Amino acid sequence: MLSRDADSLYWLSRYVERAENTARILDVAYRMASMPISYNGVETNEWESALITAGGVDQFRAVYGDATPENVIEYLAFSEANPSSIQNCFDTARQNARSVRSALTSEMWEAINSAWLDLRRYKARKIKVEDLPRFLNLVKEASLRYDGSAIRTMLRNDAYWFSRLGLYLERADNTARVLDVKYHVLLPQDAAVGGGIDYYQWAAILRSVSALVSYQWVYHQNLRPWLVADLLILREEMPRSLAACYAALSRHLDDISHRYGTSGAAQRQARATHARLTNRNIEDIFQHGLHEFLEDFVADNNRLGHAITNQYLC
Amino acid sequence: MAAQAIFDEMSGHDGESRDAYRILQDWLKSAPPQLLEHRREEAELFFRRVGITFAVYGNTEAEERLIPFDIIPRILSGKEWARLARGLEQRVKALNMFLKDIYGAREILRAGIIPPELVYLNPYYRPQMHGLSLNSDIYVQVAGIDIVRVDDQDFYVLEDNLRTPSGVSYMLENREVMMRLFPELVGMQRIRPIENYVDELLGTLKSVAPASSPWDPTVVLLTPGSLNSAYYEHSFLADRMGVELVEGRDLFVRDDMVYMRTTEGPKRVDVIYSRIDDDFLDPLVFRPDSALGVPGLIAAYRAGNVAIANAPGTGIADDKAMYSYVPDIVRFYMGEEPILKNVPTWRCRERESLSYVVDNLHELVVKEVNGSGGYGMLVGPHATAEACEHFKARILAAPDNYIAQPTLALSTSPIFTEKGLAPRHVDLRPFVLTGRDGVRLVPGGLTRVALTEGSLVVNSSQGGGTKDTWVLSE
Repeated sequence: MLSRDADSLYWLSRYVERAENTARILDVAYRMASMPISYNGVETNEWESALITAGGVDQFRAVYGDATPENVIEYLAFSEANPSSIQNCFDTARQNARSVRSALTSEMWEAINSAWLDLRRYKARKIKVEDLPRFLNLVKEASLRYDGSAIRTMLRNDAYWFSRLGLYLERADNTARVLDVKYHVLLPQDAAVGGGIDYYQWAAILRSVSALVSYQWVYHQNLRPWLVADLLILREEMPRSLAACYAALSRHLDDISHRYGTSGAAQRQARATHARLTNRNIEDIFQHGLHEFLEDFVADNNRLGHAITNQYLC
Repeated sequence: MAAQAIFDEMSGHDGESRDAYRILQDWLKSAPPQLLEHRREEAELFFRRVGITFAVYGNTEAEERLIPFDIIPRILSGKEWARLARGLEQRVKALNMFLKDIYGAREILRAGIIPPELVYLNPYYRPQMHGLSLNSDIYVQVAGIDIVRVDDQDFYVLEDNLRTPSGVSYMLENREVMMRLFPELVGMQRIRPIENYVDELLGTLKSVAPASSPWDPTVVLLTPGSLNSAYYEHSFLADRMGVELVEGRDLFVRDDMVYMRTTEGPKRVDVIYSRIDDDFLDPLVFRPDSALGVPGLIAAYRAGNVAIANAPGTGIADDKAMYSYVPDIVRFYMGEEPILKNVPTWRCRERESLSYVVDNLHELVVKEVNGSGGYGMLVGPHATAEACEHFKARILAAPDNYIAQPTLALSTSPIFTEKGLAPRHVDLRPFVLTGRDGVRLVPGGLTRVALTEGSLVVNSSQGGGTKDTWVLSE
């Protein structure tokens, strides 16, 4: 297929996934902010930590200054100054969709186009903090509909595989960053302190990747910080874990190389990262430093993105 | 009053239902009043959801807009179509022979039928095409000929579109919507299908592939990109044909061969269905500032390694100054009288015509020779005295740039409005495909309709709408 079309499909999926991730981050901030303040004597600004997770704190400060709920919502959901705001994600996604329409099924196009039309209506009237959940639901549903349409209607060919690559790269990046922002509350010494606020923090991490209930099904025990990390990093049955993303990335890169009859740096790098995730246990990772591990992972993930671009998309 | 003289496609001159419309009219009488309104809303929803939009230049507010669709079909009898089809084939054949001649032996100039300066000073004349022997002798593979009528006798050609005519996607989508919304009405009569247009187009394009290409040549559709007003159509046609929709940056030329950049590396391209103006095709040959084109494309074309449809340089045959010579062109090459009439045209480049035109502006339609899309034209009877004066100055400053035609009492066809059915002026753009193996024509075309009462301007860029066009089988 045309490299430009593959590139558009790849970014289309990345941006839809990014919009959904930002929606989840905002959702968690909203829930946490409605907890009684200074639980355990610690005051936290959940809106600020939402900003840090989603990225772009410095730019936010330059434009808005204080991390008030209204400012953060505006910045993450609607701001034109923020290239990854939900609004901008859907604008960019739709632009990509338009330029690659003939490679999309009509269901996928309609999912993107109607979400884009719905979101434009929201932008017109500024939403209040209490309207946020309904807005975020809309975003999550748009992403589900897009993804569901892709899975149910696309031919299983290179167009499908490139769109999957975009989705899993973005998802892996997001999960790693969610963990990294909160890594300090996952550290074993903090676990000893325990207390309500930590519990809510751990639950919030799980919730931001839709894994709170899954946790119970996998471990059958109370929240333990290292198990939270285990679930999100190493467990392949958890669909947003780093291991699951890399299983999918390796698989779809192999699909492509089988179809084309050649493989390259992208396949090698994906396989190497996947192997690192399957041959580790969580104690190991904590011993070498969770933060360092996550930083390395994010860098590797970016490198894979570059490798895919160089090999196929330009 | 002129209104009495206007011919209506459904009810003729005298209000009697014309044959082709009888079933429709009976059906309209028996249909419950809300039904039409309801179906109209459904149609709009369909177009909006599928994203069939049209970008209007210079209008950032409504960057993407729907072309209004009217649910009352326009109907032609089999007999009417047969005559129209013969005329279209004759005209397009002659225009292709004219182009081959102009870029070759130039017999028509030597015969003194066309003033040479109309060719050589024409901004669409491409000296690069001179002496080039095309593999197929076909210059215009896809033509859109705009047809109007003033009574049930004659069809007039209003304009030939021989560069990158658009609108065929609306023709196809309109039919799809009508079949979805009015299955009972569609089933009541024998409407000739048009769905094979896309196959015919692909067949036509493959037929003109260079001799050196493989038995199944690679065809691509070249678009200026997603900001172009007809982008929807480009992606629609590429999708239905199953060919890649490429932009200039997706193609490159090496050793006079054209390749596209794919995820599997470079892939050879044999036929380019170009929806880009000549001017932008190749910055090495035409406009050097073009970022839309492909450097080296014309060299590859001249080397015979790629076919471009329509050929560069076809614009000399469809500008409004050349238009008035088309009947002579038909006679010269075909040795026949033209079946389709031309609208009488005053060429402002001729002194007597010029003085007639400036004295009678209020009765005439004046068009810029190289304008399109309804831009840069004056409709005298609907213009203010001030606008006429202003236009007069423009004409006198550059008479060669203008032609004028009488305001025709274009036929009307009923549209569905809030107050029921109402007549509006229509035209018709049938699409004529010409390949190495002959002319292909699907029965129908795009009917454009002026939505404002009394308006004669049907262009979608000026607020016109479209209708489905039915050709009945005999």
